[in-house]
Amino acid sequence: MLPRPYRVIRITRHTHDTFTLEMEPADGNPAPYFQPGQFNMLYLFGVGEVPISISGDPGHTRAYVHTIRAVGTVTEALCNLKIGAQVGLRGPFGSSWPVKEAEGSDIVIAAGGIGLAPLRPALYHVLAHRERYGKVVLLYGTRTPQDLLYRKELEKWRGLFHTQVEVTVDHAARDWFGRVGVVTKLIPGARFDPFHTKAFVCGPEVMMRFTVMELMGRGVETENIFISMERNMKCAVGFCGHCQYGPTFICKDGPVYPYSQIQHLFKTREL
Amino acid sequence: MVDTKTLVEKGSKTQEKKTPGAVGLLERGAFDQLFQVLQAQGYTIVGPTVREGVILYDELESPDELPIGWTDEQEAGTYRMQKREDEALFGYTVGPHSWKRFLFPPKHRLFRATRGKDGFDIEEDKYDGPNYAFLGVRACELQAMAIQDNVFLGGDHVDPHYRSRRESALIIAVNCGKAGQTCFCSSMGSGPKAGTGFDLALTELISKDGHAFLLEVGSKKGNKIFKKLPIEKAGKKEQKAADAVVAEAEAQMGRQLDTEGLKDLLYRNYQNPHWEEVAEKCLSCANCTMVCPTCFCSTVEEMTDLSGDHAERWRRWDSCFTMDFTYIHGGSVRQSTRARYRQWMTHKLATWFDQFGTSGCVGCGRCITWCPVGIDLTEEARALRASDQGELQTGMQAEA
Ligand SMILES: Cc1cc2nc3c(=O)[nH]c(=O)nc-3n(C[C@H](O)[C@H](O)[C@H](O)COP(=O)(O)OP(=O)(O)OC[C@H]3O[C@@H](n4cnc5c(N)ncnc54)[C@H](O)[C@@H]3O)c2cc1C
Ligand code: SF4
Ligand code: SF4
Repeated sequence: MLPRPYRVIRITRHTHDTFTLEMEPADGNPAPYFQPGQFNMLYLFGVGEVPISISGDPGHTRAYVHTIRAVGTVTEALCNLKIGAQVGLRGPFGSSWPVKEAEGSDIVIAAGGIGLAPLRPALYHVLAHRERYGKVVLLYGTRTPQDLLYRKELEKWRGLFHTQVEVTVDHAARDWFGRVGVVTKLIPGARFDPFHTKAFVCGPEVMMRFTVMELMGRGVETENIFISMERNMKCAVGFCGHCQYGPTFICKDGPVYPYSQIQHLFKTREL
Repeated sequence: MVDTKTLVEKGSKTQEKKTPGAVGLLERGAFDQLFQVLQAQGYTIVGPTVREGVILYDELESPDELPIGWTDEQEAGTYRMQKREDEALFGYTVGPHSWKRFLFPPKHRLFRATRGKDGFDIEEDKYDGPNYAFLGVRACELQAMAIQDNVFLGGDHVDPHYRSRRESALIIAVNCGKAGQTCFCSSMGSGPKAGTGFDLALTELISKDGHAFLLEVGSKKGNKIFKKLPIEKAGKKEQKAADAVVAEAEAQMGRQLDTEGLKDLLYRNYQNPHWEEVAEKCLSCANCTMVCPTCFCSTVEEMTDLSGDHAERWRRWDSCFTMDFTYIHGGSVRQSTRARYRQWMTHKLATWFDQFGTSGCVGCGRCITWCPVGIDLTEEARALRASDQGELQTGMQAEA
C-alpha cells in the first residue's frame, strides 16, 4: 500500500484555516472511482500522512477534491502547498453514505462545521439524481458565519425549489441575517417524513449525539440514521490498530455506520 | 484454531503443502547435526539463549548457546532463572521475547522516497534478511503466529513486510514439558502440545535411559530437514514417553481462565466500576502489550535527511496504553488508564472474536509475568465475572 503521486491542480481558500485541494494522478490516469463518504490517505513528502474525506462530486473522478482544516503538522503543511505540488495518495478507503439504498426515501443531511465536507459528495449525488429521492433537506451549522464552507454553493442550493436548505451559526454579529443557534434546533422545522427517511449526519461527536436524539425524537429509526466516526488512524488498512472502535475498525467498517450498529458504543465514553 | 498454512498459502504460491506424519528419534548426541543441516540449507537459526538473567530469542551458532540445564520460575510480576537437575535444552517455558519480533520487527522501514525534478519517487522496502529457522516455538506461540497471520495476511489487504518474513521462516516447535505459574494455554485451547503450523516438532525425552528428542514432521519443508538427520525409529515406548511429557505440562498449568461466555461478559461490562480498581494499580507502562505475542498495533514515523531530498517511513510497535495512541485534534479519546486497560483486555478477550474470529489471547502468561505491578488478566476476568453488571449495556448485539 504505497502512496501514488498526485498533483495539486486547484486550491480554494474557504476560511482562515480551511481550504480545498483538487488533485489528479500525476501519471495522467483517472483517479479511482469513489463512493460518497469515503476517504483517502494524503502523504506529504517527509512530513506525514493523514486521513481526509473526499468532498468532491462522485460523478467526476478525473480528480479528487479534499477540504481540509489546518490543525497540526501535516494539515498545516498541506495548507502551504502551491499549485503543481506533488502529494502522495492512497485510497479510497472505508464505507459510504448509502445513497443507493436511500432511493425512494426522503433525505436529511445534517452537518456541523467541517463535517459538511464528507457529506457534500452525497448531496452532489442526490441532487444529480433528484428524481430518485423524496424530500431533500440540508441542515448545516457552524460556529460563526466566517466558518461557513462552500458559501457560494450554499447560496445556490438555497435557491433550489426542490430542496430545503437551512443554515445556522452559534454566534454572529449584526450583519448576519440568518439563524443563530445550534444545528439540532433546525430539526423540528425540517420537512421530511420520519418514517421514510435516511439521515446522514457528520460533525463533532456532541453535535452528532444531539442530532441523533432529535431525529429519533421525530420518529426516525436508528437503522435509518447514519453517522461518520473519526479516530486516530495510521494505515487505513486494518493493521495499525489505532482506529479501533469497539469490535470495529473505522478504516474498514466505518467511517460511516448505521447508528443502530454502534449506538451501544456511541454511548460509552472514552471507547 | 486458525489454519496457519492456508493463510500463508493465500499470500504466496511457494508454500508447500503439509505432509503429516513421519516420526523418529534424534539422540541428544546427534542434536548438533540439526544445526549443521539447517545451516547447510541456508537458514539462520534463532532460538532461546540466556542473556542477563532471562531466556531470550536470538541468533544461534551452535546448540551450546541454548539454555542448557536452565529453567525459569514465573509469577505475577516476577521472573527468575534457576538451575535444573538435568541438562535439558528446552526445560523452560517462555520469556519476554516472542517470535513476533522477527516476523513483525519492533522497528522497520516501510519505504524510501526520493525527491526528483517535479515530485518524488517511492520505493518499497523488500525484505532481504536471512531465512530464519525458529527453534523452540511453543504451542501457544504457534497459535499466536496463526493469529498474527490472520491480521496481516487474512484480510483484504496483505502486509508485504510480514508476508516475506513469514514465508521464508522454518518453524521448529517444541512441545512443553513444564508449564509456568502464569501459563494457561490449556484454558485457551492453544497448548501445551503443538497441533498444526510447524515444519518440525520436537519433544524432549529425558530419563535414566538417556536423552533424546522425538521428532514429528509437519510439512515438506520439515521433511527435507528430517531426511538429512540420523533419525532412529521411534516405537510405542517413545511415543508414550512423549505423551507423558505433555501430560505433565498440562497438569502443572499455573493459571486458568474460564472462557465460557467471556466475550459477552466483557461486552456488557464496559461500565463496570471494577475497571477503576485495575486502573488504580496499572501504570500504563505498556509492558503487557510489548511482550504479548499477538499484539500488533503500530505507528509510523517519517524521517528526512539533512538535504531534504530523501525521506523514509518507518513502522514501530505502538501500544494502546499510550496517551498519543488515540490522539485526535482536541485531545486523546482514551484519557484515563481505566479506558486504556478496558480497551486492551476487551480487545484480547472479546472484540478480537468479532474482528478475526478467534480469541486474541493464547494464554502464554507473559503479560502477567512482565507486568511490573503483577496485574493478572485471569484475575481481572474473574473479578469482572464476580461483579457482572448483568444486562447487556453495549457491544454488538444489535448486529447479531
Ligand atoms: C476518516 C477520517 C476522515 C477525515 N476527514 C477529514 C477531512 O475531510 N478534512 C479534515 O480537515 N480533516 C479530516 N479528518 C481529520 C484529519 O485526519 C486530522 O485533522 C489530521 O489527521 C490531523 O493531522 P495533523 O498532522 O495536521 O495534526 P497533528 O495534531 O500534528 O496530528 C498528530 C497525529 O494525530 C493524528 N490526528 C490528529 N487529529 C486527528 C483526527 N481528527 N483524526 C484522525 N487522526 C488525527 C494525526 O494523523 C497525527 O498522527 C478525518 C479523519 C478521519 C479519521
Ligand atoms: S494477553 Fe497475555 S497471556 Fe494472552 S497472549 Fe497476550 S501476553 Fe499471552
Ligand atoms: S497492566 Fe501492567 S504491564 Fe500492562 S500497562 Fe498496566 S502496569 Fe503496565
